[in-house]
This record gives sequence, C-alpha cells and structure tokens, in this order.
Amino acid sequence: MDIATSRAGESLVITVNDGRIDAAVAIAFKEAVRRATDLPGNPVILDLGKVSFLDSSGLGAVVAVMKFLAPERRLELAALTPPVAKVFRLTRMDSVFTIHHQPPGDLQAVG
Amino acid sequence: MAGRTLGSGGWGGARSGIGASQRRRSGALDGAGVPGPLLFHRRFVAGDQTTRTVLEDLNATLCEDGLPPKAISNAELILAEVLNNVVEHAYSGDPGLIELWVRDDGGGLACTIADQGVPFPDDVMPGSDLAAITPPDLLPEGGFGWHIIRSLAVELHHQRRDGRNLLALKVPLG
Repeated sequence: MDIATSRAGESLVITVNDGRIDAAVAIAFKEAVRRATDLPGNPVILDLGKVSFLDSSGLGAVVAVMKFLAPERRLELAALTPPVAKVFRLTRMDSVFTIHHQPPGDLQAVG
Repeated sequence: MAGRTLGSGGWGGARSGIGASQRRRSGALDGAGVPGPLLFHRRFVAGDQTTRTVLEDLNATLCEDGLPPKAISNAELILAEVLNNVVEHAYSGDPGLIELWVRDDGGGLACTIADQGVPFPDDVMPGSDLAAITPPDLLPEGGFGWHIIRSLAVELHHQRRDGRNLLALKVPLG
C-alpha cells in the first residue's frame, strides 16, 4: 500500500497513492495508515483523491482507523472521488466523518 | 483450477437442467439463458486478488463498450460486494470456482454469479439492514455489503441448484 504523509498546520495528512482500497488490500491499508499515525498531528486527514474504487472492505478499514485514533485524535477525509463518495453516502458513513472537498493546501513534507 | 473442470458434466450440465418454465417463474438465473449480448464472462478461482483482477477487466471492457460511467462504477461496486461475500462466506477463504456473466439486456447490465460454495443461511439472501451507527466506539466495520448491493441493484434473484449458488441481478443503466 503506497501512502505518503505530510503536515498542514496542526494536521497530519495521509495521502493514499493507490487507486483501489478493496478486499485485497484492506488489511495492508489499515496497517499502513496506523503506522503513519505514529507521526504527530491532529486531526489526521486521509486524502483519498487518487482512490477511484473503495468497497465495503475498504470502508471497514477506514472506520477501523477512526476507532483506533479515537478519542484522542480525529480522522477526517478529503477529496473523495464520486464512486468513493457514493459508498460513504449509501452506508450513511458520510454522517460520521468530516469530509473536506480538498486536502489542505499548504502541505509541507513531514521529516 | 487443477482437478475442477466445468465441462458438460459440471456447471454446463446443471445449466441445461433449468427448464423454460423454471426461468419464467424465477427470473433469469442462468448466465447462458439471459437474453441480450454477452459483454463479459469470466471463470476464475475465488480469492481477493482474482476478484480485483476480474473487476478491473470488467471496468475496462465496459468502458470500451461506451457504457455510462455511473452504471460501470455501480456494476463494479455491486459485483465487488457479491464476490467478496462468495470468497468470505460461500468458500470461507478456500479456493473454489466462480463464474460471472454480464449481459446488456437493453435496460441494464444483467449479471449472473455462480459458485459451488455453501448456501446462504436458511437459503435466504441477506437483507439490507445496516448496523446502528453510534460513533465512535460502536461504529460497525462490516455488514455494509448487502446494504450496498440492495441499494444499487434491482431484480435480485437467488437459486440453489445442484450444489451451486446462482445469483442474478441487474444494474440499471439510467
């Protein structure tokens, strides 16, 4: 799972560089994002702008990360593509997450 | 796929066993029996990676055919949920054969999925109930699949026949 991290103000931004979060990579995704959250920053903003496909396995992995971070840190989402936004909407998970249209603009590389 | 063949004594034989009256009564449950041009057909060993490969192939094929992007992405999502369920529940992670047909029946994409795994509990397709959303501790991490399938697909039919599960559904084009 190819992810990148950066800082934007107080936030830790985690950018997913793979196009799919599905059953084949859900566990690897969850572990990679958990490792990335060893870095400081709150909220943690997951930039899904390059993800064109997410199934319920991927959704479950995103929810698992949110629960892992709570209650000390918040997980927020950014730049959902239409097929990914549809999954959050259909499952009403769009009511659970703060969803940004764009990732934070002033990204600065971490480390 | 060694040791598992699908000749006339396998699924082909079972298919021919579904008569016309059966099709009329239960709707089209057979990939070979549905009218309309066959757009896509794969026979593959169940697994998360093969599911991904087949769905990527499906997406590329339907894009080449010029189908509406929304119908393509809906088909990909619905079939991902169906195939994930077959991998996880019908076959419990073991290798088993899956066959997928996608036809253009005029109003939508008529999809049929066949497997030789265990049947649905009580032989009934799961409903569309979502677990309660009570953030953050009690948020569900699963149980979304059938809700997604039933939200997007129409004309869902299921049949257990001769040791295989046949699931038929339609993805509307509009």
